[in-house]
Amino acid sequence: MRPLTDEETKTMFEKLSKYIGENIKLLIDRPDGTYCFRLHNDRLYYMSDKILKLATNISRDKLVSVGTCFGKFTKTQKFRLHITALDFLAPYAKFKVWVKPGSEQSFLYGNHIMKSGLGRITENTAQYQGVVVFSMADVPLGFGVAAKTTQECRKVDPMSIVVFHQADIGEYIRSEDTLT
Amino acid sequence: MASCSVEDVLAKAERDEAEKLKGITVNKELDLEFDPGNLLAFDKNRIDTREFKDGKREDFLRSLARDNTQLLINEIWKLPTERVEEVIVAKLPEPTTLLPREKPAPKPKPPTKWEQFAKLKGIQKKKKTNLVWDEVHKEWKRRWGYKRAKDDTKEWLIEVPEKADPNEDQFAKKNKAKKERVARNEYNRLKNIARAQKIKVPGMGLAPTPKQSKAELAQAVNIAKISTASVGKFQDNLPKEKKPKNTGKRRKFQPLIGDFSSEKQKQLDLLKVMDSKKPRLDITKAVNKQMREEDMEARQKNKKDFGKKGQRGKMSGKGKGKAGGKGKGQGPKGKGRKPQMKQGKR
Repeated sequence: MRPLTDEETKTMFEKLSKYIGENIKLLIDRPDGTYCFRLHNDRLYYMSDKILKLATNISRDKLVSVGTCFGKFTKTQKFRLHITALDFLAPYAKFKVWVKPGSEQSFLYGNHIMKSGLGRITENTAQYQGVVVFSMADVPLGFGVAAKTTQECRKVDPMSIVVFHQADIGEYIRSEDTLT
Repeated sequence: MASCSVEDVLAKAERDEAEKLKGITVNKELDLEFDPGNLLAFDKNRIDTREFKDGKREDFLRSLARDNTQLLINEIWKLPTERVEEVIVAKLPEPTTLLPREKPAPKPKPPTKWEQFAKLKGIQKKKKTNLVWDEVHKEWKRRWGYKRAKDDTKEWLIEVPEKADPNEDQFAKKNKAKKERVARNEYNRLKNIARAQKIKVPGMGLAPTPKQSKAELAQAVNIAKISTASVGKFQDNLPKEKKPKNTGKRRKFQPLIGDFSSEKQKQLDLLKVMDSKKPRLDITKAVNKQMREEDMEARQKNKKDFGKKGQRGKMSGKGKGKAGGKGKGQGPKGKGRKPQMKQGKR
């Protein structure tokens, strides 16, 4: 386990700010305790300092996971966000997309969201903006990338994709081996 | 006198003969086992402990040794002889007794890097033919070695690739690459041997080779300099010696449980810097404004001719998508784009 270098922190913040914008400050600076990011086996974990101190007592090869895994750094130092970060991104999300109950299932299986399944979308969403996907009952389902701006979404035909799928909570079942 | 002398002589001769024979013949209860190859004789006869009483012991042992040696030499005389430089030599057969090992049994060699990898992946060795059909020369050639089938360095024509420098010598490049591969292979072979024998190999450039480049010599000098008890702190520099570029560890990380507040502060500062570098988000506004304008135009046009309404609406959607796509290609993040809306306009 080690703390992040400056470049890694930068990459990670850039990725996170795509979804939560400047609310990253609320993740770093929390009133209810000091939380920190640590890297272990190329995966990024977010944990409180108490858990960190406990984790130092476990040897590296035996340590599987600490706190919450936000994502991992690939071999070429790009940061991929995993679904396990959803609990922290959802409350701070700047741009949200609500999906109709009919196509919730489709999204949870890993498909993109089409215009026909789109319930609501926050105003002024830019194209290719990171969005958090919610069900109509405000349950966070995952995140994605807006394929069209809000204005465009109104005009486009019902069969075109409006949100690209990136991660959904169905992955907890589909790829439970790879999530830590 | 004469008669008794003759008798005496004869008797003496007989006695001598008997003694000689007695010398050669040895009576033993059990026959000895011989291994003439090792000049070895096993005597399994029982020894009478009465012979070992004081006084008689030495004599007994001497006579026993003499008898057994006599028998062994009798055995040797039975072997085929040959004459080597005026000396009669007996030809010893192959030794039959198995002698135990002089030195301990050799330990199995540790597997090489490739062998470890192959075992891990389950790669089996495939038998390959020695000769390969060379289509170019229309004959059977070796798979590797002298005059092999596909010799990279022997091509008579090499096309210069598009991205390469036109003045570069492609032939020399191939030869150099071949030499580097050979050198690397040799180095890896030696490393395998060193790993097997647990010898420490000096790093690249430290084991002196006949031709060392300037860089290698400089590296050797630097390493020699820090190989003192105080890690080179009190070594004087040579008049024109340059300091080595990457000293010490290559990567240094912050301690795991450093000062949390300073870490937090650093991250917040980083965020502030990132925020200031981002362009102000008028992209969406510009896009939306553009689209509203187009909508208005479209509505006006529709008032003029009804038939083309659907097409207009569709085209505007398509144009937006193209412009947006081009814009995304430019900047890494959505916010970094410049508004190039005019491109998509018909």
